[in-house]
Amino acid sequence: MNGNVIVIGAGIAGMEAAGQLAKAGYLVTLLEKEEEAGGHLNNWYHLFPDRRNGDEVIKYLKDQIDNDNITFLNGTRIDNLEKSKKEFIIKTNRAKEICADAIVVATGFDLFRSERKEEYGYGIYDNVITSVDLEKMFREGDISLINGNVPNTIGMVHCVGSRDEKVGNPYCSKLCCVTAVKQAIEIRENIPESKVFCFYMDMRMGGALYEELYMEAQEKYGINFIRGKVSEVGESFNHKLIVKVEDTLAGRPLKMEIDLLVLMAGMEISEGSKKTGKLLGLKTGENRFFQSRDNHYGSNLSNIDGVFYAGTCTSPMNISETISHARAAVLEVMDYLKNDRK
Amino acid sequence: MIGNNMDKFGYSISKGRQINYEANDRKIAEYIYENEPSFRLCIECGGCSATCTTGNLTKFSLRELFVLIKRGENDQIWQNLKKCMLCGKCTLVCPRGVNTRNIVVLARQAFQKSNDYAI
Repeated sequence: MNGNVIVIGAGIAGMEAAGQLAKAGYLVTLLEKEEEAGGHLNNWYHLFPDRRNGDEVIKYLKDQIDNDNITFLNGTRIDNLEKSKKEFIIKTNRAKEICADAIVVATGFDLFRSERKEEYGYGIYDNVITSVDLEKMFREGDISLINGNVPNTIGMVHCVGSRDEKVGNPYCSKLCCVTAVKQAIEIRENIPESKVFCFYMDMRMGGALYEELYMEAQEKYGINFIRGKVSEVGESFNHKLIVKVEDTLAGRPLKMEIDLLVLMAGMEISEGSKKTGKLLGLKTGENRFFQSRDNHYGSNLSNIDGVFYAGTCTSPMNISETISHARAAVLEVMDYLKNDRK
Repeated sequence: MIGNNMDKFGYSISKGRQINYEANDRKIAEYIYENEPSFRLCIECGGCSATCTTGNLTKFSLRELFVLIKRGENDQIWQNLKKCMLCGKCTLVCPRGVNTRNIVVLARQAFQKSNDYAI
């Protein structure tokens, strides 16, 4: 096999795509803006739905890119990108010029910035945190309030920055529901005497074993689910958070005191994706993620010949979907280099 | 509280509709959770209410009753609970395997045991 491929982004999709291309004999340059490969996965403690350790998947991916055919360039930013005939020429801050026959864009997602939903008080009240902050607490083995106390009542707010026209994100981020359920279970395991409440619009448990996890959360862990979109969060004189929500199934407004409030932040196209998209002239769709050439059978194909998509730069995906999507991108690259390009 | 006679002169104060979670007493719910753990599995789909003969003929919703018990909104529940004929059709349709009929039986027991509601 011959051909040089540049993979942009060393998160799950980029690492998997680079690894598979290298195994097939292609020469790969893997670019990553951060020092460490792994992307958002580095922030995770346990994964849903089986609650395995996230580091196990990172280890698999790192083994994948430990290949002589791969040049891994970390701390790298693309300064310029040109296409001349059928060759791509990339200039970065680290290497002068990298040439490639094809590019895999694996630039991923950014987390919704929860302070944009001002009414939930992120960045205003100390004990309002995001799902990522909580995952960090799990990693450190210390779930505590700002004053060091252990929280007794914990609330999880679903759909923060998802299914919300007010912030320009009408789409569902798909994974926050199951993340909330997983994290609720882990809070109960860490703090057995705690009470956990999930405030949701719909429980979207659309993945293998997600619904089972939801049932386990109800039955075994006694987690409370209240259907209603939280309207606002305030703080009482004794520094408890006051959550207001309509309990839509009771048909009544509800007020509750919460010690720690966790916002389930959604997924948006990343800043890195936007920058790469601009350099390459890539089309974005209604939800600002990259627009694939065909939703059903061409989700890895971009509007530019020789540029392929892998992973969450096209839509929210879980880990197994991201890995499958990256492998599919590799097939498209191989097909392009063998057949279309000649 | 408004004076006893004021309503006769056309004055009234409406009770707030907000559920104040901390202020409510959820002993009834706790009793059911303990004796019928499947109560936790309810996802409020309303299948029970749809099949319920009582619900089709009178103002009675088992689904709503369940959510009000969970929140500790006990006031209207006791009178409503008596309407159930314990036919058990609700248990047959429940997609989550909740023993709905037993929950009604346990709720009645819990109310009977409670000093606040016993006849």
